[in-house]
Amino acid sequence: MRLTGARILMECLRAEGVEVFFGYPGGVVLPLYNTLGEYPDIKHVLVRHEQAAAHAADGYARVAGRTGVCLATSGPGATNLVTGITTAYMDSVPMVVLTGNVARDLIGRDGFQEADITGITLPITKHNYLLMRASEIAPAVKEAFHIASTGRKGPVLVDIPKDVFIEEAEWDGYPQGVSLRGYPIMDVPREEEVDKAAEIINAAKKPIIIAGHGVVQSDAQDELLEFAERSDTPVLTTLLGISGMPEDHELSYGFLGMHGHFYANMAADSADVVIGIGMRFDDRAMGRFADFNKTAKIVHIDIDPAEIGKNFKTHAPVNGDVKETLSRLLPQIERSSHPEWRTEIDQIMEQHPTDYIEEGTGLGGPWLVRALAEATEGQSTIVTGVGQHQMWAAQYYPYTKKRQWVTSGGLGTMGYEVPAAMGAQFAQQEPIWSICGDGGFQMTSQELQTVADHNLPVRFAIFNNGFLGMVRQWQELFYENNYHSVDLGQPDFVKLAEAYGIRGIRAATRAEAMQVFRDLEGYDGPVVIDFQLEREENVWPMVPAGAALSETIESADDL
Amino acid sequence: MASRNTIVAHVEDRPGVLARVASLFRRRGFNIESLTVGHCEEPGLSRMTIVVDGDDHQVDQVCRQLFKLIDVVSVQDITYVPMVDRELALIKVSASNFNRREVLDVVEVFRADVVDVHSDALIVQVLGDEGKVDAALKMFEQFGILEMVRTGRVAMLRGTETTKPPAISDSQQAAAAIRAMLGRRPEGALPFASD
Ligand SMILES: Cc1ncc(C[n+]2csc(CCOP(=O)(O)OP(=O)(O)O)c2C)c(N)n1
Ligand SMILES: [Mg+2]
Repeated sequence: MRLTGARILMECLRAEGVEVFFGYPGGVVLPLYNTLGEYPDIKHVLVRHEQAAAHAADGYARVAGRTGVCLATSGPGATNLVTGITTAYMDSVPMVVLTGNVARDLIGRDGFQEADITGITLPITKHNYLLMRASEIAPAVKEAFHIASTGRKGPVLVDIPKDVFIEEAEWDGYPQGVSLRGYPIMDVPREEEVDKAAEIINAAKKPIIIAGHGVVQSDAQDELLEFAERSDTPVLTTLLGISGMPEDHELSYGFLGMHGHFYANMAADSADVVIGIGMRFDDRAMGRFADFNKTAKIVHIDIDPAEIGKNFKTHAPVNGDVKETLSRLLPQIERSSHPEWRTEIDQIMEQHPTDYIEEGTGLGGPWLVRALAEATEGQSTIVTGVGQHQMWAAQYYPYTKKRQWVTSGGLGTMGYEVPAAMGAQFAQQEPIWSICGDGGFQMTSQELQTVADHNLPVRFAIFNNGFLGMVRQWQELFYENNYHSVDLGQPDFVKLAEAYGIRGIRAATRAEAMQVFRDLEGYDGPVVIDFQLEREENVWPMVPAGAALSETIESADDL
Repeated sequence: MASRNTIVAHVEDRPGVLARVASLFRRRGFNIESLTVGHCEEPGLSRMTIVVDGDDHQVDQVCRQLFKLIDVVSVQDITYVPMVDRELALIKVSASNFNRREVLDVVEVFRADVVDVHSDALIVQVLGDEGKVDAALKMFEQFGILEMVRTGRVAMLRGTETTKPPAISDSQQAAAAIRAMLGRRPEGALPFASD
């Protein structure tokens, strides 16, 4: 059967089981939009800015555990995707990004709305394609989905010139497989590597696990738990590893890093064996590399061989998929118990809890996250922006469910909170709570219209401190209180919501906040809540930039 | 150990591959001394010989990052393996009736070839490893070098061993072969040591 390139592309998406994608039209993708009506089973969500399309696909992917898809036109449409693609790339989120480009004979001539998007995205995609024939579409899309969703996941971009959408090619069904010689699946670890890791782990007296995004990505939460229990190893997570380990478990000690828990940082720093699982020993998590726990043996399990040994000397490298590796490692792990080591950490935790909830009636960040946790019984999916609110959300909400936590960790993209929550809401029925910064919210609030179009039950909780709070905190602590460009004006968020036809609520006290939570029970439309926070609260504890984990401070007095 | 390492990579012969490799080197701040690309025994594949300046850890990273490119089929650091490496230089030396004999003496010593003659210059072609080319250049300097070009290193393993990439058929096998290639490093070094 001969089909146009546009139809072939849609047939491919259907074959991949894509149920929703996020996009924005323009000249060169008109042939594609012209066919969308014939594919009602593949829902196209019209966003208000292409950046939001990328973040929405990313949020959807993280919550659904499937590959997210977004689409933009050539030139400005494509370049608007860049922040969203980079965000996904840094956090290894599976995504297929479709762009249109100018007609083939115009490529390279700087024609209207031409941008070299494959060139631009070379360093921010796992792979990309510029397709010059309609017959290339099916194999390339098959490869794109395969590459995006296997190995270390990530975004793959497919760029299609306008006339390739129109050109006809033979369609004889979606390709069954791929043949990528330079991309073998490296899921299964080498036996000798697993043996070596088991040996070190079995001999450990004070082992610690640092679980990263890889645990979530490979759906290895159960294996992780079994491994931790069997070896009686306390579990820390990275910021992105949150929700990879149920935080109500006795072996869970929360996340480590720049604003991680004091006791988590100390535990990592005093362990004799550090077992990194699906994480990349990033500077925000590990503090100053040179002074991180100099005596520990490091076991590093990761799907990406390039991550192993990148930042730290590794005694037992294990290259493999987390789930696959843990299930092979488990039988070799001796049942052990480390009561003294656990007590050591417990004592630090008792003396240095992350509990900065002040008495009073005003809205503090930590108090508000706790109240939200109680109101939602710790069951809600939480999406955040970047800044203080993000750190409080990480510290004070008790994550116990898989894929419950969605945040931009690697790139730290403000403005992620609105579109990512919107996209994520397409992956689940229950309302998603988006914990927003007043700064970040203003970066992408145009998506409220998209939210309204689809009547999505997202709760946008603006943690409104009237500041670029995290930057303000740094100016206070490290630049002698010299506030510059952090006190940002803002619209009336309640009226703004209402202008979009969305319910807007304001809460300035704890009592009002509690009332909001009660009022929202059973409400199934979108809501924007302007939580008026105390303006100058800081996030503690903190590892100052360039300091070691052992130098974690708990208040400005420690500086 | 800091040195110039020789990496051999096989890449799919597709448009844009060189840009991908170059982009990776630029972005990660790797220092390339030379890079040569050309056809190899297998149609559809190109073979790159890359000379990288850096310590073992950096070179290990180069290989691992290179391998992550989908179009890169195999990567090997062959610095520590017996191999033959060659480069070619064309050197335009000024030579007149007065000193041409002397220039030719040097040409002979290096077993180089004269590939062009003019009343005031010669083009000499020197073939050899980097050290030989360096030495020849040094000797020709006394006559005056008008222009010079070097190809950069190409290299091949000695004996029957090859750097040929694994066949596609079995993904498991391919993974194992790739891991063995990536893991090739001096005896006694801690795996993937960072210092
Ligand atoms: C797109 C982008 N621009 C700038 C920054 C730098 N930055 C990090 S946190 C922050 C302040 C965020 O303010 P807000 O969204 O109000 O959150 P708060 O810290 O007040 O909770 C800024 C500007 C960033 N992370 N992302
Ligand atoms: Mg703020």
